Amino acid sequence: MDHNHTHSEKDWQAIRTEAIESLLNEIDVLSSDDVDRVVKHYEENVGPKTGASVIARAWVDPEFKKRLLADGLEACNELGIGGPETELLHVVENTPTVHNVVVCTLCSCYPWPILGLPPAWYKSSAYRSRLVREPRKVLSELAVVLADEVEVRVWDSVSEIRYLVMPERPENTEHLSETELNALISRDHMIGVARDIELNG
Amino acid sequence: MNGIHDMGGLHGFGPVEIEPDEPVFKAEWGSRIFCMTQMIDGLGVWNLDEHRHEIELMAPEDYLSHTYYGRWMFAMERILDRRNILSRAEVDQRVAEIGAGNRHFPPAQSTGRNWPQAEENKVRWGAWRKEETIKPEFAKGQWVRVRNIHPPGHTRVTSYTRGKAGEVFRVNDQAWVFPDTRAHYRGENLQAVYTVRFDAQTLWGEEHAEPNSYVYIDLSENHLELMLED
Repeated sequence: MDHNHTHSEKDWQAIRTEAIESLLNEIDVLSSDDVDRVVKHYEENVGPKTGASVIARAWVDPEFKKRLLADGLEACNELGIGGPETELLHVVENTPTVHNVVVCTLCSCYPWPILGLPPAWYKSSAYRSRLVREPRKVLSELAVVLADEVEVRVWDSVSEIRYLVMPERPENTEHLSETELNALISRDHMIGVARDIELNG
Repeated sequence: MNGIHDMGGLHGFGPVEIEPDEPVFKAEWGSRIFCMTQMIDGLGVWNLDEHRHEIELMAPEDYLSHTYYGRWMFAMERILDRRNILSRAEVDQRVAEIGAGNRHFPPAQSTGRNWPQAEENKVRWGAWRKEETIKPEFAKGQWVRVRNIHPPGHTRVTSYTRGKAGEVFRVNDQAWVFPDTRAHYRGENLQAVYTVRFDAQTLWGEEHAEPNSYVYIDLSENHLELMLED
């Protein structure tokens, strides 16, 4: 590489980024003010709470759930959710006998508008290499221990189709509101590296 | 291409380590690279398959050590250079100036640059051609085999599925661009994408496969062939 080896790894990438950004500003490809706005958007507006709201709605509204399982993105559009990097969305449902988990072995495809940007571990070599070969072992290391009777479905999302796991609604939650249900659902449930939903208090 | 990016099934990368409460962006530079790439995606400079392939062309040792957004930086620089929009030599020079502590830089050259791009040279980013319809060749429930191919360019056929047989679980019958050709500007070749279900034993062998496990993977029609019944 042609970077300056007197800097640490992080330093050279920060400096190189600064160089690229300043030049792209000068030649009018983009403006740093706009970059600021996009960063803010991803830090503040986009995230797994969006996906949780979709799942919570499906839990309380059986008709919505049907539409969501039939065409994920179309149903999300009803809630005003959409954006880049998701052209088609398949929602896959956990049941007592099926557990779903999502990966992209070739890069790190992920439903950005629904879950925000992927966490570092989702992009890690360990997750990408191991999940398709030994999903039960990986999941057990992450405290999801599955009986052999539970079928494991790994979704390797290498095309432009994105996947979202619908966890099972926990029992004894009939009294909870959609907002309260929403709060129970984490990013990891919707990727499939968590299974049981913990009830607060 | 058979590269380090095609990681499914590899050994040796250790445990998956989840960091609780990880920030959206760990380093500020990564946030700038990500968002600049997002913005350029919409400007018609590259298509998504070309961008992915550029990352695959990194030296394997750099791919593994430069982190996720470092790969994006590499791809951005190389494509902008190739398109004659921003040269890597200019970036190198600016890096040297920043490294020397300069506050004011000689302005970037204003002529001889392919910017703004002519409208007819702009590139479409997305993968689904909503205005087109296609006729899928295979149907749900049919058994297909992944072609045993090793193209040197971009492909979305993962190594671990090549030559393996699976069942069509879902036909995604929208008109999808074929990444393997679009990445190289050899046509969009619109076709169906099939979600194919593979038994873990088929993929990893009886000795090492985990029980009652299946991998579902989306494959373009050109990557599959029908298995004929005996």
